[in-house]
Amino acid sequence: MKKLLLGNEAIARGVYEAGATVAAAYPGTPSTEITENIAKYDEIYSEWAPNEKVALEVAIGASIGGARAACAMKHVGLNVAADPLFTASYTGVNGGLVIFVADDPGMHSSQNEQDTRILARGAKVPVLEPSDSSECKEFTKAAFKISEEFDTPVIVRLTTRVSHSQGMVEFAERENYQLKPYEKNVSKYVMMPGMAKRRHPVVEERTLKLAEFAETSHLNRIEWGDKKVGIITSGITYEYAKEVFGNASYLKLGMVHPLSQKLIKDFAKEVETLYVIEELDPVIEEYCLQLGLKVIGKSKLPLVGEYSANLLREKLLGEKVEKTNEITEEAPVRPPVLCPGCPHRATFYVLKKLKLNVSGDIGCYTLGALAPLESVDTTICMGASVGVAHGMEKARGKDMARKTVAVIGDSTFIHSGITGLIDIVYNKGTSTVIILDNSITGMTGHQQNPTTGFTIKGEPTRQVDLLKLCQAVGIDRVRVCDPFDLVGFEKVVKEEIAADEPSVIIAQRPCALLKHVKYGPVLTINQDKCTKCRMCMRLGCPAIVDRGDHIEINATQCVGCDLCPKVCKFNAIEKAGGQNE
Amino acid sequence: MSNLNIMIVGVGGQGTLLASRILGDVALSSGLDVKVSEVHGMAQRGGSVVTYVKMGEKVYSPVIEKNEADIILCFEKLEALRWIDHAKKDATIVINNQRIDPMPVIIGKAKYPEDIINKIKADYNNVVDVPALDLAKKCGNTKSVNVVMIGVMAQHSQIKKDVWVKAIEKTVKPQFLEVNLKAFEAGFNYVAGK
Ligand SMILES: Cc1ncc(C[n+]2csc(CCOP(=O)(O)OP(=O)(O)O)c2C)c(N)n1
Repeated sequence: MKKLLLGNEAIARGVYEAGATVAAAYPGTPSTEITENIAKYDEIYSEWAPNEKVALEVAIGASIGGARAACAMKHVGLNVAADPLFTASYTGVNGGLVIFVADDPGMHSSQNEQDTRILARGAKVPVLEPSDSSECKEFTKAAFKISEEFDTPVIVRLTTRVSHSQGMVEFAERENYQLKPYEKNVSKYVMMPGMAKRRHPVVEERTLKLAEFAETSHLNRIEWGDKKVGIITSGITYEYAKEVFGNASYLKLGMVHPLSQKLIKDFAKEVETLYVIEELDPVIEEYCLQLGLKVIGKSKLPLVGEYSANLLREKLLGEKVEKTNEITEEAPVRPPVLCPGCPHRATFYVLKKLKLNVSGDIGCYTLGALAPLESVDTTICMGASVGVAHGMEKARGKDMARKTVAVIGDSTFIHSGITGLIDIVYNKGTSTVIILDNSITGMTGHQQNPTTGFTIKGEPTRQVDLLKLCQAVGIDRVRVCDPFDLVGFEKVVKEEIAADEPSVIIAQRPCALLKHVKYGPVLTINQDKCTKCRMCMRLGCPAIVDRGDHIEINATQCVGCDLCPKVCKFNAIEKAGGQNE
Repeated sequence: MSNLNIMIVGVGGQGTLLASRILGDVALSSGLDVKVSEVHGMAQRGGSVVTYVKMGEKVYSPVIEKNEADIILCFEKLEALRWIDHAKKDATIVINNQRIDPMPVIIGKAKYPEDIINKIKADYNNVVDVPALDLAKKCGNTKSVNVVMIGVMAQHSQIKKDVWVKAIEKTVKPQFLEVNLKAFEAGFNYVAGK
């Protein structure tokens, strides 16, 4: 049977066909759908872990326990999981262990553009890189085999275009994989200096064996064509190169770490001009340079952003594709926005009104940095808001904490905000942290998390009580408040930043896109009452539109959340009837 | 034979993903190689979104670039303007005449361009201008704009109607099937200028 699947769906299918029985992950674009789709298979236990480190540890445990185990994350997630990764490289595996890491060249949905191959090389684990959905599935199955054969975790590196493109995939049966026996093996699984010293040489030897394997593995293939031009490439850039160079010769690498010395040299010998085409860092290129090969790569191609066929045409062949129309008008940009009805809007409206410094974090609420809310001062990585607020206080004194708050989403707080909060308590900080509890992991498309009360499969489970959690780490001032109660919320924020001790405000209101949230009817502006003071415009709601001579509410966008009437001093915003889902 | 390249452009939340799933299913039934490239994540929050659907004997890059699209389905006028450079000169360009203001326009930092559809018509011969939102409303759900647009496209395609209907039946949730089939009919029977 052939089906059209996203790269991520194909990975999930591969995990299933490989007979894996455990999967753990933390969401992150563009990797999220891998685990969402794995969760659809009843044969596989799957979970959203609180963060990537825990997810990988769960997968490592499952592997040591004898199962084939999968773990998925976005590129920056691997930073969080780097600690277990680097040592799991030493312990090796029992059941196969495969980690799917999705990079985001072009930063469609990320805060940086790091290249997973660099971390993987540091951790000394092999990396496979598929270039379409069909390979996503095949490479996944190959990765489990390599993992067991070479006793190593294996990384499958994806990029946004591979993860989020659908292609044809042929289905196969699920392998009837039997759990490997579990045996206590201290010298392999207890990494204290005495044992680790004996494991490190094993890792180095393994890398040599893997490089040997790469010479003949079907994952790497040569497509001979015209030998005037030879191209070494992998992943999605193979597809772009094929569009541009057609019948040239290709060395398509499916295994991008370790690299295959002889294969590369032999290929290079045969061709006149040799290009290395890879997005982000020059990993293959630098290896070729080490081998003394003359290649054209980053001298012409960018280190930043996503590639495309046209980019290769322009940079490598000097052919620029010109536009063929006479239209000169520029389209104004359309950045993402907080949705109509978003609870975060109310929070930022108040923070802006109070002119506070806001150390921000990662989630939908990062959009609070954009006009007109423009409240967020910093965004670094998940969980950073809390430590950053504390650091600002320690740099500039307690006065700073009197006009600063950290904002952090519920999922992000559990991911890595809680440790920052413990730091504030322990080291006598007086910062105020606002947890934006919208009852879901919003940004990545509505995943459950430990605060929502449901598992990845939608089963009810024990819910982390944020209030008790904050109290337990030593925060005496914890307040729960609805940000849509603008007056009450403002009062609470003022009181808590004024307090000379650490405090937490749990701003509680569910995401407007959750099914159980029922707003409505939609609102309209009574033009007779409206004085065009434009207070409502300060909310930055995409449903409220300034037409110049009047302000109106776009009835197809409005969800009737009733926030804007609260900022209108003239009671000009009224219910219109009609309902949007 | 060269590929058939179709783009769907719109605003995050307009249902472009569902439209691309329907198109993907139709493409699959052609027996050709197919790739569909989508946008997930951040841009889905009201940002500018684009989907590429490519079919042919062998498809490599999933992305459609400048002057390469045979068909562009534009769910919103400004997005039509943004992506028009991707159209071939003889492309079929279906534009929903809906206007959704982006935040820079809403807050007065940028102007929404005037008369977009006529500007595009001046340069391209096959432009179909559709009041898809009104048609969707008449069918009972403003969310079905996406399937109205698919209907208009189906009318201009060589693919049989029942292939489209089957793809819709497979793709949309059962509780929304009736309204979406109505929306498809509305698009399929829409005659420009009426
Ligand atoms: C280390 C890391 N993992 C994952 C992500 C992807 N990511 C960005 S925001 C987010 C979750 C946001 O959820 P929450 O904190 O609940 O805020 P919301 O979006 O619901 O407002 C995730 C998983 C990331 N940026 N960094």
